[in-house]
Amino acid sequence: MIQMMNDDKLIIGKKILKSRLLIGTGKFPNNKKMPAIIHAGDAAVVTVALRRANEHSQSENILDYIPDDVILMPNTSGARTADEAIRIAHLSKAMGCGDWIKIEVIADNRYLLPDNQETLKATQLLVKEGFTVLPYISPDLMTAKHLADAGAAAIMPLAAPIGSNRGLRTKELLKIIIDEIDLPIIVDAGIGKPSEAAECMELGAAAILTNTAVATANAPQQMAAAFSLAVKAGRIAFLAGMGRTSSIRASASSPLTGFLRKEAN
Amino acid sequence: MSSENFLAEKQFYNHLDFKDFFAHVTPQTVQQTLSKEHLTRKDFLVLLSPAAQDCLEEMAQRSRYETIKNFGYTMQLFTPMYIADYCDNLCVYCGFNHKNTISRRCLNMDEIKIEAANIAQTGLRNILILTGESQKYSPVDYILEAVQVLHDYFDSIAIEVYSFSQADYNRAVQAGVDGMTMFQECYNKKVYQSLHPGGPKANYEFRLDAPERACRAGMRNVNIGALLGLNEWREEAFFTGIHADYLQHKYKEVEIAVSTPRICPCSADYKPLSLVNDHDLVQYITALRIFLPRAGLTLSTREKPQMRDNLIKIGITKISGGVTVAVGGHTKGDDGGQFKISDERSIPQMAKMLYAQGYQPVYKDWQTLI
Repeated sequence: MIQMMNDDKLIIGKKILKSRLLIGTGKFPNNKKMPAIIHAGDAAVVTVALRRANEHSQSENILDYIPDDVILMPNTSGARTADEAIRIAHLSKAMGCGDWIKIEVIADNRYLLPDNQETLKATQLLVKEGFTVLPYISPDLMTAKHLADAGAAAIMPLAAPIGSNRGLRTKELLKIIIDEIDLPIIVDAGIGKPSEAAECMELGAAAILTNTAVATANAPQQMAAAFSLAVKAGRIAFLAGMGRTSSIRASASSPLTGFLRKEAN
Repeated sequence: MSSENFLAEKQFYNHLDFKDFFAHVTPQTVQQTLSKEHLTRKDFLVLLSPAAQDCLEEMAQRSRYETIKNFGYTMQLFTPMYIADYCDNLCVYCGFNHKNTISRRCLNMDEIKIEAANIAQTGLRNILILTGESQKYSPVDYILEAVQVLHDYFDSIAIEVYSFSQADYNRAVQAGVDGMTMFQECYNKKVYQSLHPGGPKANYEFRLDAPERACRAGMRNVNIGALLGLNEWREEAFFTGIHADYLQHKYKEVEIAVSTPRICPCSADYKPLSLVNDHDLVQYITALRIFLPRAGLTLSTREKPQMRDNLIKIGITKISGGVTVAVGGHTKGDDGGQFKISDERSIPQMAKMLYAQGYQPVYKDWQTLI
């Protein structure tokens, strides 16, 4: 089992991720508590809304609380169009935040559902500029395919609307994307419980991104640790190969293929 | 399908008899409403009913749950900056009323820079600028010139001024204004007209349509509100909520927020028509949150510290600090102003209180992209 895990590397944008858990930062009660929570979850990547990065202020800057041993992935939260996302990505690079960027283009403030078309436009341009682009999308196979063709480093479809904690609502669509797209699929948004994270991993997701479920838990550190374990368990289960699930219904007393056996006699 | 404008939308409710509706709401109706996942406008009105006063704790619990789910344990901080108080309007409840014999000022650009530097020192990276309505002293060009100056100090600039034309909102957005606050003050037209007897603000429809013009111009944030006390509060609360719902539905790309200001004493000698007590305010805020889980809810220093410290836990997402309602008040101190504030805590004091309550103060929530 240990050997299986050691050989199982997740590589995105030429970087080997130390785990398959990514953590968001937008809802924590105190930035100072973030390093301990991030470490408790053994998160490989931490995403920060650039709109909140505060480099010129006399007050605190969220970027100061991101541990050095994780990959920083700024996101374009607040962008309503491809153009705004692109400009935020440029600002991010100018601020020294590296070349990873999570594209979030949201022009719907009721449900915070992403605009797949604008996301694709931003991805196409930013990949050409050398960014490692991880686009956040509503789960749609053709969008995922076009994003892969455009050079996205991974695809981040949602399980349910952001912040809803409603769990794996888009399971069928996610499974299709996981099966058909040859890129890491990171399930982002909507995962409310560690068991749901495990289920995503059992389906074959490459990783999970969570924020609300951890940040709004009574004990965020413990919840981050629980997510870490769940993601690992789900991954091992996926690698182990899931056994067939049989129907709970009893076999029919008059089998439909019984006539074949009679014929053979 | 959305109406052509909110005035048309509002007309659907012309024959709504609030008293009759409320007479049929029982505590059971309220409980049933609270068990729903998504609320209709009728459900919102149920939560505003007198019967719902018996369910305030349940409403507060649901409101807190929705707020934390959608906004986390974070609270945006902001402060107003009054740059001019000359005003041609005759609002009977306002200290800036044209007929009030107060000493008036209009900051020049150098004075605005000093005010901005003083505010920026607190760590705030966003600013809300306010003026009275005077085409002579604070025309659109003056406001937009101030905006240019303020870009050197802030990442996000919002305006709480008078109603602009569509062309002027377009110019404001082009100039890098990303937020606007516009209180209708009173949604009841008859009462509105009695409270606004003269000046450009007397035009009820032009003001009612202003938030929509700002949305059309591409403003990122639009904050609306009724001034509680000017009319029967439940009626005003209902129309404010459906105005926000209308805007949020029609302009999905705009972040819609609502303020819930209660009228405060000012230099104008005005006696409120309707008293809005603390229970009423809690009912209004929690009903809004449950009806519109994603809307911002803004709280000003019209409320006392003890009230504000509790309201942040049950629905508020944005709160002011270091407030002065006088022109140039961030430089020379507060010597009166538009109204009397009830919470004089500075930004650092507000931040300390927020941390103590388990909230992360947010000093910056947008980055101007022009």
